[in-house]
Amino acid sequence: MAKYIPPVQSKIGQIIDVIVLLVLAIGALYVPLFMKLAGSDVTHVVPENPTWESLGQNATMVEKWNQLGYADAASAAEIITARFDYSFSIGSLLVMILVIVGYYFIMLKFSEKEYRDVISEKFDG
Amino acid sequence: MSDVDITSKEMDGMGPKGTKIGLARVLGPAHVWALGVGIVLVGEYMGWNFSVGKGGAYAALIACWFAGILYSCVAMIDSEVTSTVAAAGGQYTQAKHIVGPLMAFNVGLYLVFAYTMLEAANAITFGFLIETVAGMTGHEGLDQRPFIVLAIMFLAWLNYRGVLATLTFNLVITAIAFIAIIVLFLATSPIFGASPLRHVELMTGLPYGWLGVLAAMHFGLWYYLGIEGTCQAAEEVRSPARSLPFGTLAGIMTLLIAASLTWYVCVGLIPWEYLGQAGVPLFDAARLTGSTTLMILLGIGTMFATLASANGCINDASRAWFAMGRDHYLPDWFGAVHPTFRTPYRSIIFLVPIALIFALGAPIDQVITFSILSGLLEYTFMPLNVIMFRRKWPLDSIRRGYEHPFHPIPALVLLSLCGVTYFAVFLGYGTQLVAMISFYIIVSLWFHFWRYRFVRRGAQFTMPWPRPLGY
Repeated sequence: MAKYIPPVQSKIGQIIDVIVLLVLAIGALYVPLFMKLAGSDVTHVVPENPTWESLGQNATMVEKWNQLGYADAASAAEIITARFDYSFSIGSLLVMILVIVGYYFIMLKFSEKEYRDVISEKFDG
Repeated sequence: MSDVDITSKEMDGMGPKGTKIGLARVLGPAHVWALGVGIVLVGEYMGWNFSVGKGGAYAALIACWFAGILYSCVAMIDSEVTSTVAAAGGQYTQAKHIVGPLMAFNVGLYLVFAYTMLEAANAITFGFLIETVAGMTGHEGLDQRPFIVLAIMFLAWLNYRGVLATLTFNLVITAIAFIAIIVLFLATSPIFGASPLRHVELMTGLPYGWLGVLAAMHFGLWYYLGIEGTCQAAEEVRSPARSLPFGTLAGIMTLLIAASLTWYVCVGLIPWEYLGQAGVPLFDAARLTGSTTLMILLGIGTMFATLASANGCINDASRAWFAMGRDHYLPDWFGAVHPTFRTPYRSIIFLVPIALIFALGAPIDQVITFSILSGLLEYTFMPLNVIMFRRKWPLDSIRRGYEHPFHPIPALVLLSLCGVTYFAVFLGYGTQLVAMISFYIIVSLWFHFWRYRFVRRGAQFTMPWPRPLGY
C-alpha cells in the first residue's frame, strides 16, 4: 500500500478544529440545561400541614432530622417527599437502545475500515 | 513472540517516533495505587449516596456490590491490556492498536470528559464543603467560587511542575482520606462499646421496588468511577508490567472495603431521604455522631479526597489529550512535553478553563452524570477491546505483563452490567443519555470525514507486535 502523506493543517485550521470540538462538548451539557430538558424527573407531593408521622418518620428519624438542622416536619417535607418518576414508554426505551447500538455499530464499522489501512501501511508499506 | 521488553527503562513509550524528551519514568506501584484510589475515593465522600435517592438504602448496597463486580472486571481486563500496551493515553492507546482510529478517538474523548467532569464535580464539592464549614462557624453566605478556581489552579500548577510530586502528594492525602473512613467505622461500630448506629430504626424497604435497585446502578458506579485511570500512568511508571496490575488490583480492593464501610456507617446514621440528596454524606455522618474530632477528621478527609481526585483527574485527562495530540488526532501542539518538568504542560493548561466552565456553571448531578456516561461508554468498549485483543494476538503470540483469568467471562459480565447501567441512567436521566451519545455520534462523523485526513496511517501503530491475525 502506498504510504499516505497527510496534508499540513494551517494554524487557523487547527484552532478552528479545537473550537468545534469544545463547542460540541459544552453544547452536549448545556443545551439540555438551557432547554430545561436536563435533570432528574423528581416529584414532590408535600401534604398540607405535614407532621413527622404523616411523613412516615419514626422517633429515631426525627431525632436525626433535628440533628441535621430540620427543627420541624414542614422544613424537611420537601426532601422527604421527593421521589423519582420512573414511568417510561417502551418507545423511548427502544429509541435509547437504537441510539446506543447504532452508535457502536457506526464506530466499529468505520474503525474497522480505518484499521485495515493502518495495518496495511504498517506491515506492507 | 516479540522479544521487545515492555518493561525497558530506555524506551520512552513513544515507539518508533523516538522522541528524545519523553514523560519521566519515575513512578512506582504506590503511586499507581494513589492515582487510582485518589481519583475514586472521593466517590465515597460524595456522589455514591445519590444511589440511595434513586432506590433506597438496600438498593444502594446491591448497586455497590454489582458495581464492584463491574469494576473488578474492568480492573482485570485493564491490567492485562495496559501492562502490554504501556503508553500514555491508556485505553485510548489500546483502542488505537486493537480496534481502530475512530474508536480510539472516541475513547480518548471519553477519558478526557469523564475526568474533566469528575474534576469539576470535585471542585464543586470542595467549594460546597468550604461554604458549609464557613456557615457552621458563623460566616453564612460565603462565596464558593474563588475556592473552586483556586483549587483547580493550584492542582494544575502541581501537575505542570512534575508527576512525581503530584502523585506523591496524592499518596499522602489519599491515605489520610482512607484512614478517616476506617476511623469513622471503628469509632461508630459496636466493637468498642455503645454505637450511635441505628440501622434497625433508619432502614426502610425498597421505596421503588426492584426497579429502584436497577436505577441505583446509575450512581452505584460512583463508588469506583476512575479506577481505570491507573492506565494513564503507563508511560511514567518504572516497571509497567509489575506496577500497573499491582497498583490497579490493590486499588479496587481498597475501594471495595471503603465503599462497604461507607454504606454501613452512613445508612446507620442518616435517614435515607436526606442521605439520597446529601452533598457531603460522610461529613454529615460524622456530624451526627456528635463527636467534634470525627467531624473535623471527616471534614479534612472530604477536602483531601476531593483534592486528590481532582489532582488525579488533571493528570489523567491531560495524558489522554496529550496522547491524541501526539498522534495528530488533535492539533499536534498539544503533544509537547515540558523540557524541564517532563509533563504534558500544554494539555494541562488547556483543560483548566474547560473544567472551570463546568465547575462554575452546571449543577453537580448533571456534571456527575456527564462523567458517569463517559465512563460507561468506556466500560462498554473494554469487553469488545479485550475480546479483539485475544483474537488478534492470542496468548502465545506476544508477551503480556499480566494475563487475566477466566476469559471471556469477565468481558461478558462487564458487557451485561453496562447494559443494566444504561437502563439505570435512562430511568431519570434519559435526556442526558441521548444528548451525550448524540454528541459522540456527531464528533465521530466529524473525525471520520474531516479530522482523520491529518493523521498518518501506519505510524499510529507503535507497538512492537506482529501483524494481527485476520489482517
